[in-house]
Amino acid sequence: MQAASGNTIRAREQRTGFYLVLPAVLLLLLVFAYPILRSLWLSLFSQNLATELKPVFTGLSNYTRLLGDGRFWQTFWVTARFTTISVVLELALGMAIALVLNRAFRGRNLLRTIAIIPWALPTSLIALGWTWIFNDQYGIVNDILLRLGLIQTGVNWLGEPFTANVAVIFADIWKTTPFISILLLAGLQSISPDLYEAYSLEGATPWQSFYRITLPLLMPQIIIAALFRFAQAFGIFDLIQVMTGGGPGGATEVVSLYIYASAMRYLDFGYGSALIVVTFLLLVLAIILCVSLLKARSRKLESLES
Amino acid sequence: MTTITRTLPKTRSTEPAPTRKPSFDVRQILFWLAVGAIALFCLAPILWQVLTSFKVNEDIAAVPNVYFPTRLTLDHYIELFTRRPFLRYIFNSALVSLVSTLTCLAIGAPAAYALARLQPFGGRVIQAGILLITLFPGILLLQGLLEIVQIFRLGNNYLALIIPYTAINLPLTILVMKSFYQQLPKDLEDAARVDGYNTWQMLTQIVMPLTLPALVTTGILAFIFAWNEFIFALTFITEESMKTIPVASAQIGGASVFEIPYGPIAAATVVGTIPLVLLVLFFQRQIVQGLTAGAVKG
Repeated sequence: MQAASGNTIRAREQRTGFYLVLPAVLLLLLVFAYPILRSLWLSLFSQNLATELKPVFTGLSNYTRLLGDGRFWQTFWVTARFTTISVVLELALGMAIALVLNRAFRGRNLLRTIAIIPWALPTSLIALGWTWIFNDQYGIVNDILLRLGLIQTGVNWLGEPFTANVAVIFADIWKTTPFISILLLAGLQSISPDLYEAYSLEGATPWQSFYRITLPLLMPQIIIAALFRFAQAFGIFDLIQVMTGGGPGGATEVVSLYIYASAMRYLDFGYGSALIVVTFLLLVLAIILCVSLLKARSRKLESLES
Repeated sequence: MTTITRTLPKTRSTEPAPTRKPSFDVRQILFWLAVGAIALFCLAPILWQVLTSFKVNEDIAAVPNVYFPTRLTLDHYIELFTRRPFLRYIFNSALVSLVSTLTCLAIGAPAAYALARLQPFGGRVIQAGILLITLFPGILLLQGLLEIVQIFRLGNNYLALIIPYTAINLPLTILVMKSFYQQLPKDLEDAARVDGYNTWQMLTQIVMPLTLPALVTTGILAFIFAWNEFIFALTFITEESMKTIPVASAQIGGASVFEIPYGPIAAATVVGTIPLVLLVLFFQRQIVQGLTAGAVKG
């Protein structure tokens, strides 16, 4: 009897819970699940100006076209390079900043506040700022380099393939390193100072204790920060759209710019869907790879530790 | 070993690696150099934009650069508000961000509570789904959402932004709020039940007031994301009077392609970032809390 009434209370709770979750789930299905599933379906059709924007079933032809589409692989390579370089540099710099912010010093709170600001600002506005900083005629970067005598004539930063990539990566590092510092700082604060004390009594140098205590204990935060940043950087749009628009000559065109162009400029919705599906799958694959790689590495560090 | 460590005088607890050598001074100098470098790195690009926005055009286009303006001017700001509808853009951004943030909290907080306490049917699947979609870039949703916007004729309507912004902020809101509810002692709710409160009364009268700080934390994060969003605002809104600040600023153009109005662009950057700088100044601690709770506990 009691069990039965317990069950009904529980059942009632579960029902209440269901109603409380329902609006959120419906909204997430509408905004996330529907577009992805819709793209999966539409990628089997041709829907573009040639078909007068009506969907015509063409099977896997969008995917075969994609395999031979040099522009897609070019954008994929640009994206992978951008993502890898910026995330690695951001992790290193973010770690350094977190270590400084973790110390006790006068004005620490002020510096912590300053160090979040870049992350909180709108990327597109920040991109405008960097475009101006890297301007070929009036930009301050050229001005400083000229004054230091490092260059003889102004560099056309956003106009040359290599320097344009350097510029967008630099801007991205500026914008998102704070996010990593915040996460790593939280991790640092949870490490007990007694550990360092005991370790330094055994004669360890600060460098050794960084390697043997800080890094392994911080691994969960590092993995999470890397994963989040990886996914965000992979889908980067606003920064590059505003700074270079993908130029010069496609040198900074990332996958999301190409997807945007196929849908919004060429009105090629079928092919755009195929691009979305393939990018989605590659992203999921990369995330799985990333997680297992980092996990293996943290396990190795843990075994070294013990 | 342990007894020795205990009897040793404690160094300041936030000092991870106690310095024992007298070579202290060099280290201290290096440390303060690092502090200065971080501050400069974070602020310099913004300060350069601020300086540019107050310079007269001759100073902006001076080669070599004029670092500190000879004459200050407000012309670029005046242009934003007289020759361009910047007040309207600010209003649009504020409205869309506020409404989507409040909606997100209204939908997300109950869902988070249910996931933390009530074990609803399919709760685990929902949680896994939420974790997965935090990693989705917006561009993958753009084409599907564009269709929805067209079907419901939401183009150039605030709802075209409010709905996706609400949804995009939901995962983080649910994760942060859920970790908050899990830390809340369950005794309070049990006591309320004994006193004869039903679930709804308990939520609104007991749990809600306790949750206010966590709601503020997640609300600030949601507001920041909504204010900064670019790609949906660029695609779903084409009418000039409906645009948000990030898009409108990026589209500032001159009389010709060769004449880029750097001054007004810099001023627009400053105008669009001020609300967020203020948020960071006042809510630094909440932002840090929210980000770490959302990422680490999720």
